[in-house]
Amino acid sequence: MMKRDECFRVLARHITDEAVVATYSSAVDWVEIAPRVLNYTSIGAMGLDSSHGLGLALGRSDRRVVVLQGDGSLLMNLGSLVTIAEVAPKNFVHLVAQNNTYEANGGHPIPDPQVDFAAMARAAGYAAIYDFSDLGVFTQQVAHVLEQDGPVFATLHIEPSKPLIYDYASLYDPAKRVAFKAAWMRR
Amino acid sequence: MQTSAALTGSRIIAAIKASGIEYVLSVPDIVTSAGLLAPIARDKELKLIRVCKEDECVGIACGLAYCDERALILIQHTGFLDSINAIRGIAVEYQQPICMMVGLLLHDPDLAPRESNRYGVRIMEPILDGMGIAHHLIGADADIAKIEAAYREPHPVAFLIGRSPS
Repeated sequence: MMKRDECFRVLARHITDEAVVATYSSAVDWVEIAPRVLNYTSIGAMGLDSSHGLGLALGRSDRRVVVLQGDGSLLMNLGSLVTIAEVAPKNFVHLVAQNNTYEANGGHPIPDPQVDFAAMARAAGYAAIYDFSDLGVFTQQVAHVLEQDGPVFATLHIEPSKPLIYDYASLYDPAKRVAFKAAWMRR
Repeated sequence: MQTSAALTGSRIIAAIKASGIEYVLSVPDIVTSAGLLAPIARDKELKLIRVCKEDECVGIACGLAYCDERALILIQHTGFLDSINAIRGIAVEYQQPICMMVGLLLHDPDLAPRESNRYGVRIMEPILDGMGIAHHLIGADADIAKIEAAYREPHPVAFLIGRSPS
């Protein structure tokens, strides 16, 4: 079992000009580790992070999109696995942090902690599937995960984290949306 | 009250293209199925993305909007009602230019939507008004000009389709 912030520190070493779409606990950890203008944290409705990411990937097929989604969020939009696999954007990387809880809403368990998201993504038709429980293995393979043709899916099996501070005013700051768009559209 | 009049799918599609739309995001809707969705699916100039649930359309359209790509969301009013939280958060609170074409299931096209004998249809315009979303009834070919005009505005908009396009 890994810790989300440790995974994200490893991931951050490989992120350059990608859009990183993140929400809730993943967003809190990610923006602390990697504050950058190309972080996209205004999702508007739980579960739609992967759908926003698909739109970004379609609109800029020359740039890569990395979605950092929680397990509760993916459960709210499981159909997006099928949609994304069918559209098959090569520039799309979908990482799901599975700690089996709705961490941002009090730490209550998801309906079934045994749910196998990687198997679901495989059945949906993602181009590449990973399932990481060991930080050493993730560290070794993350560069390849990010570089290969997508859509790529990986489950990151993590422990529930320490209590986080959810600064939604900052995550949803309209000025950050404006700055993101300007940076994302820069050629 | 609408009057019985023709609504031509090919003219709506022409207006969609003239508005610069490349992507159509859809869950099938019986009102627009034959007259709009089927020809859009065959149209090589439009990219149809079939989604599993209507709120996905809102997220995808938002991502495309960040790339200066306006999309059309083609759904049924039941899907609109199911997606209200996404529309609230993304289209309204984030002020994203989300454009929806919404078929009014089982609506009598000779009645105004507010006068519909279908509860789900009757509440559509009051909900849109309450959310502050501009909306236009597309009930005849004469209404199609509203599509291009609406796409020139940087706001969310809903086109209500109460008659099956031919």
